[in-house]
Amino acid sequence: MNPTSAMSSRQAVWLVAERELRTRLRSKAYRITTLALMLLVIAFAVVMQLVSSLDSEKKVGYTDSAAAVMRDVSAIATGRGEPVDAQRVRSESAGRTLVSAGKLDVLVLGTHGSRMDVVVDEKLDDTLRSTLTAAAGQSALTRQITGLGGDPTQVAAAVSGASVEVDALSPSPSFDPQRLAVGSVAGILIYLALVTTGQTVAQGVVEEKSTRVVEVLLATIRPWQLMAGKVLGIGLVGLLQVAAVGVTGVVAGQITGALSLSLSTSISVVAWLVVWFVLGFTMYSLVFAGLGALVSRQEDVGGVTAIPTMLLVVGYVVGISILPTAPSNPVVAGLSLVPLFSPTLMPMRLAMGEVPVWQTLAALLLAVATVPFLVSLSGRIYRNGVVRTGTRLSLREAVRNG
Amino acid sequence: MTDISAAGLEFSHLSKRYGEVVALDDMTFDLRHGEVFGFVGGNGAGKTTTMRIALGVLLADSGEVRWRGSPVTFENRRRIGYMPEERGLYPKMRVAEQLVYLARLHGLSVEAARERTAVWTERLGVAARMNDEIQALSLGNQQRVQLASALVHDPAVLILDEPFSGLDPTAVEVMSEVLHEQADTGVPVLFSSHQLDLVERISDRVGIVRAGIMVASGTVDELRGTGHEQLVVDVPDADPAWSRTVPGTSLLREENGRVLLELDEGLDDQVVLRAALAAGPVREFARRRPPLTELFRHVVSVADDDETSAGQPAAGKVDA
Repeated sequence: MNPTSAMSSRQAVWLVAERELRTRLRSKAYRITTLALMLLVIAFAVVMQLVSSLDSEKKVGYTDSAAAVMRDVSAIATGRGEPVDAQRVRSESAGRTLVSAGKLDVLVLGTHGSRMDVVVDEKLDDTLRSTLTAAAGQSALTRQITGLGGDPTQVAAAVSGASVEVDALSPSPSFDPQRLAVGSVAGILIYLALVTTGQTVAQGVVEEKSTRVVEVLLATIRPWQLMAGKVLGIGLVGLLQVAAVGVTGVVAGQITGALSLSLSTSISVVAWLVVWFVLGFTMYSLVFAGLGALVSRQEDVGGVTAIPTMLLVVGYVVGISILPTAPSNPVVAGLSLVPLFSPTLMPMRLAMGEVPVWQTLAALLLAVATVPFLVSLSGRIYRNGVVRTGTRLSLREAVRNG
Repeated sequence: MTDISAAGLEFSHLSKRYGEVVALDDMTFDLRHGEVFGFVGGNGAGKTTTMRIALGVLLADSGEVRWRGSPVTFENRRRIGYMPEERGLYPKMRVAEQLVYLARLHGLSVEAARERTAVWTERLGVAARMNDEIQALSLGNQQRVQLASALVHDPAVLILDEPFSGLDPTAVEVMSEVLHEQADTGVPVLFSSHQLDLVERISDRVGIVRAGIMVASGTVDELRGTGHEQLVVDVPDADPAWSRTVPGTSLLREENGRVLLELDEGLDDQVVLRAALAAGPVREFARRRPPLTELFRHVVSVADDDETSAGQPAAGKVDA
């Protein structure tokens, strides 16, 4: 029995990975999920854009007698970053009709001394109130300065030049609401990707066991080669999905204008997402592959993978429920350094910004250091469990035997 | 061709336990070049465990499997063609893809793998289903693909676990034809079955296993020889009770004066003939070759008994 050309480990692992790639990429479920996720992030970008545009432009009507004060209103509103849509109305009664029909948020009638008369439907919006109050004050001031023989333009310039110089002793990091949203999306995406690919690995292991394909395979390649090939193949398929959805999100955000993030920030969000997917997938897929080898039926996969799935869920839920309101929560920050939690929490924190460099490095190092440990433990469990059919093998038995 | 009688694959004193359960107990036999060896036993007897050890899928607690005198290694194990019981194929993979994949795992190049796939799907009559998923095939066709997967890399040894179960008579013919063809080229073929009549019909040699022990092995004739001699004697006019007067015989069956007798070791059959002639005219006097099913009925449970054998020591988790 002379060996037909002996296969190197690299060839064996790649042969297994290639089969996974080919069969998984062809699967309808995978294509549909990927497409659905891509559509979802596009929809998210479009909705964000619509919401922000609806929000900003308040419609302010004015009569001819209020034209002068309206110039101040527009200037102040623009200066505050909340521009208004100024609309001249033919008459006061026409304006009132528009207000009650909801076509105008407010109608400015004019100023009498330091008083400004406005008409609203129910109540005056807080932002508009402060803008209008400032404008009323401005016009009163202008009148006073003119009355005293001064130059209102000069005074305005002096006033706008005045500012407060702040020297904070312990500055709190500022978080851009946009980045918080992006971080949440990144969290959802990586959580979904890890859960689905992890389950796919466990199910793939059990499929080979229950059909006894594994016996044929193990007569030709070693258990670790089979496990590595499977993890690599499914990992690449998952990576492709994460990258496709991430890039789609960035492109959609940039095109619709929903993302005011710079291109480099967006790219770094996606890059971190990919890095943490690779690390998270490596850790979790090893665990899922080892545990999958303990059972022989697809129905038992859920039970045996419950604990690692819980860890994923905990990381995700903690992140998504705490981080958007408290991005620098110290408990979450600490948890985000712990290996099996870091893959869900770190990409969210990194997308939200302001993660100290040492924390980023610590999380990376700890995760990378965990991998060899998981390789040896899961490899052992897999090797012992994968050819045992019938009843479920206990974890202790699988670790001890061998 | 190699020396037909030389040992090809030797199973030497294999033992395997799962906790308290003894799966194999000093299992020893050999597989010669160019022979079809039938491995018979009930569920849980240890057939599958023996095969898995030969393939390196399981480790024996003690003993070893040798190929041409030296222990089987990971590298030459690749030349074994193996067909596990039931499936052994990915249900959602296409026939041709699957066969090419398995051939490549056995070390064939892509081109060679495709060529052998074409040859074997043609030979086994599943060429028309090359691009169908395995799960879309009938059970019989799945089994043909399975056999193709064991043959696709031109193995030097064939080990097949229950290849005949669930096959229709035509498929059984095709399967046994292929096995003999392979044996004729010098490839030793080991197959397991719990149907002793089938094994008797197509095997050169038979091994009968129970509770992890090889109870008997040899050619069908040799195995028959291990039983006591049987005689059919027809003395139509005599009282069937005549046979009881002959010491050293026991009456197995009686029908219209025709009796089936089993003789004790060393009893001369001429003594029986003389007693028969004394009782009346003898119309028939013949030695009978009992089929193996009769000799080893107690060893091999037929398929119907499978359910009741669950209480056997090795049944359950060990999975035959």
